[in-house]
Amino acid sequence: MASSTTAALEQYALQPQPSGAVRLRRGLIRFCRTKPLGAFGAVIVIMLVAMAFFPGIFTNQNPNPSPPPLAERYEGPSVSHWFGTDNFGRDMYTRLVYGARTSITIGFGVVLISSVLAALLGVVSGYFGGWADMLIQRLVDIGIALPGLIFIILVVTTLQNLPVTLRIIMPVGILVALGSSRVIRGAAISAKQNQYVEAARVIGATDTRIIGRHVLPNVMAIVIVGASIQIGGAVLVESALSFLGYGIPPPTPSWGRMLNESRQQLSNYPHLVIFPTLAIFLTVYSFNMLGDALRDVLDPRLRGSR
Amino acid sequence: MQRYIIRRLLLVIPTLLGVSLVVFTIVRLVPGDVISVISGDFGSSDKASREALKKEFGLDENIPKQYVNWIGDIVRFDLGKSILSNRTVSSELKNRLPITFQLGIMAIFFSMLVAIPIGLVSAMRQDTKWDYIGRSFAIGLLAAPGFAIALMLITFASRYFIWGVPPKGYIHLTDDPIGNIRMLIVPSMLLGAGLAGSVMRFTRSTMLEVLRQDYIRTAWSKGLGERVIILRHAMRNAFIPVITVIGLQLPVVVGGTVIIETVYSIPGMGRYYIESVNNRDYPVIQGINLVVALVVVFANLGVDLMYSVLDPRIRYS
Repeated sequence: MASSTTAALEQYALQPQPSGAVRLRRGLIRFCRTKPLGAFGAVIVIMLVAMAFFPGIFTNQNPNPSPPPLAERYEGPSVSHWFGTDNFGRDMYTRLVYGARTSITIGFGVVLISSVLAALLGVVSGYFGGWADMLIQRLVDIGIALPGLIFIILVVTTLQNLPVTLRIIMPVGILVALGSSRVIRGAAISAKQNQYVEAARVIGATDTRIIGRHVLPNVMAIVIVGASIQIGGAVLVESALSFLGYGIPPPTPSWGRMLNESRQQLSNYPHLVIFPTLAIFLTVYSFNMLGDALRDVLDPRLRGSR
Repeated sequence: MQRYIIRRLLLVIPTLLGVSLVVFTIVRLVPGDVISVISGDFGSSDKASREALKKEFGLDENIPKQYVNWIGDIVRFDLGKSILSNRTVSSELKNRLPITFQLGIMAIFFSMLVAIPIGLVSAMRQDTKWDYIGRSFAIGLLAAPGFAIALMLITFASRYFIWGVPPKGYIHLTDDPIGNIRMLIVPSMLLGAGLAGSVMRFTRSTMLEVLRQDYIRTAWSKGLGERVIILRHAMRNAFIPVITVIGLQLPVVVGGTVIIETVYSIPGMGRYYIESVNNRDYPVIQGINLVVALVVVFANLGVDLMYSVLDPRIRYS
């Protein structure tokens, strides 16, 4: 009996294992099959990032032609202007493509700050405990008690010698970080209680090593999933700020400001409002769906087993 | 339990002090000041009258002194006066806070109405058509920028329907409850839409987690029907964390009222806040931030206490 098992194992071990590229392709195919919405989100996200870096691929027109072609203003969608033209005769499709850069910059900027800060605060607070935990948690309390958008508007109106992008990214990133560090703290506390952490400590591993090798890997899944969803949130916040008039100033195209500028023309030229709304919607939806799919795949407690 | 509550209540003090300090400092970093707003209005911008105005509002002191003065007033439950309108902040808030509060409650109600059933179904039928449809809907609500939808509703709905259009004046709850609720239904649904996505997501993931627990497997294997398992076994445990997330979303709701109240011309706290930020009306900005922080802190305390009532495994000490 035992020998036959060994034989079977040997036979399995001797089989050629699929190479890394093949395994990656199989994994991707499985992801697309079980998580079609997540895969859809991923495709859109990749497209948006491409738009942000290389808008020239998607359009050969200028988002801010000078002088503005005023003769072509307020045109409806047509073959030459897919999404019509705005109050200066500028091509809406081109402006939307260039607007992706604004949204993506803010989104990724916010997530960069929030992920690093949240991981730092959460892990320090959860792993060390004690007075550091006490101090950080009071800071988090303050952050949570500040009313989101209200506080962000206040910060954006100050520090006016900094670029607007930075003035939006910083408060949003910090507020998001303070909120999500609570979740990471919880994960760090439960990771700390694993036996292998105890074993590592017994053989004399330093705190830095334990955090780097054992705690952070346990926390990373939460950070990645959170990041994807937070980008969507940041895109919404940027558009809301721009809509209220506190966002990126002209002439840089921003979806939220496009909405703000065309709100008066809505009843006559609905395309001016509908297409930016769709752009925001699709972006936020895609980042959220990607994040949800990643959560399902990365979190073993949610993984499908039935 | 009692000691826990007392400790939590004591922790409220440093939190509020922190919030007030952060807001107080930032407000004073905002370029431009309320004095130029007022004196510009009256066409007098000579130095002497500016100094006189500054003195009247206590803005001639240095900033730490101003902070101490303000905190001193707060401790005596005096939020100060609006520099612009000369009305007290508390009298303004007394009129406006209930409106925003009602809007928030209605928004949370609508979001739960949508989010919880969808979250349950999409967890029970993970990775099926129903999961995809339900989640797409709830995340779609979250992804749609509420202010743009509001604009479209105001513009287009008015052509075909009588609802969705902001009336000329605000109808107060005490004057005409039905008219008031009818007027707030659309704004609060838009406000709640953003919330529905996160509540749905949370319901779904806690439900998925609970459905993989051993006691659910036991329930299945002893032959209970799905309805009993979901309603009697799974839902009760899955809902406890959902309550927390609703508490945590409170600041998001308050932030959202800023936009919705502006678009729908609702005379609540959110719109007042934007106006005050634009006019650099320091006492109002500080007062609103402090009041919101107070509400959030106590809501979170309430949520934590409810937690321990609902889940006997959690006992604070």
